[in-house]
Amino acid sequence: MSFDETTLPPGRVREVVRAPAHVLAAAGPEVDPTDPEVVQLCADLVATMRVSPGCVGLAAPQVGVSAQAFCVDVTDHPKTRTAHGLVVLVNARVVESSRNERAREGCMSVPDLTGDVKRATRLTVRGQLPGSGEETDVVTDAFEARALQHEIDHCAGLLFLDRVAGAHALHARQVYLDAPADPGA
Amino acid sequence: MSSLAVTVVGHDRPGIIAAAADALATCGMNLEDSSMTLLRGHFAMTLVCAGDAAVEAVRAALEPLSASGLDVAVREVVPDPDVPAAVATHLVTVYGADRLGIVARLVGVVSEAGGNVTDLTTRLSGELYVLLAEVALPVGAAPGTDVDALRAHLEEVASDLGVEVTLRSVENDEL
Repeated sequence: MSFDETTLPPGRVREVVRAPAHVLAAAGPEVDPTDPEVVQLCADLVATMRVSPGCVGLAAPQVGVSAQAFCVDVTDHPKTRTAHGLVVLVNARVVESSRNERAREGCMSVPDLTGDVKRATRLTVRGQLPGSGEETDVVTDAFEARALQHEIDHCAGLLFLDRVAGAHALHARQVYLDAPADPGA
Repeated sequence: MSSLAVTVVGHDRPGIIAAAADALATCGMNLEDSSMTLLRGHFAMTLVCAGDAAVEAVRAALEPLSASGLDVAVREVVPDPDVPAAVATHLVTVYGADRLGIVARLVGVVSEAGGNVTDLTTRLSGELYVLLAEVALPVGAAPGTDVDALRAHLEEVASDLGVEVTLRSVENDEL
């Protein structure tokens, strides 16, 4: 169920906002997936994700827009088990989750830190497709599940910093990648 | 048998841990709990060791470290068997632009609620300041309105400081 990117208008690369910008800590409102502005926002998220090294997902608050919209693409990432190609969702929520595991996450909005975060590795996410507004479920696992939860958190105003596993679960980033590596962005 | 608390702080260089551990072993002091880290280029080590050596003997054994420019302190500690080890039940995350008083005010809120901070780290990364505190809340406080009240108070103070805060329960790893 890869999202058909050709249904989006050409995307523009936007500047990625960094913490502690307040927009990253605000819960984004639900938006109309058929609104041309929302569709353009989704196209811009995809375009920005595509040009950002190591980026496997990007949410609206990360480009300064408080809204529930994000894109994810973990295709070919070494930690990926199930992959749906490009996933672009509006107003998404977790409807089923199980099997928590702890793993390292990074984020383009917190570029110099990484953290150990416990997240579900079996996941069902329900959201709407930009453009048609059609409701769809994404059933996935492992790295794609982690990336989806990371982006849904962004839409709710949460960073991985709000989810780290303990006082010693935050680390200075050791590697700045040219290729995909950390989940989320 | 006595328990001694040893702290070593100073500019980092290779060999500090090896030298301290060797000195303690030579005195017959067994290294029990320890925490060692690097903070902005400064090495900081705190440890509790147990054995039969006197404070002065341990201090003398660590003298080469003092002589090399490190701050070394040794003192006797008396274990209190009546105080149970506090177990962290919650984690406080704070982040925002760095400013004076973030730790003091937010940890003060935890303290007012009877919470005991069992572990705390802070990181300054560019303009981003992050505080992570593991907190043991009083028995009976969680889950319920006490935790909600603490969260509300933390959010109120965080808002005043212009930083973000989350308080959530710690999930124990089930093996």
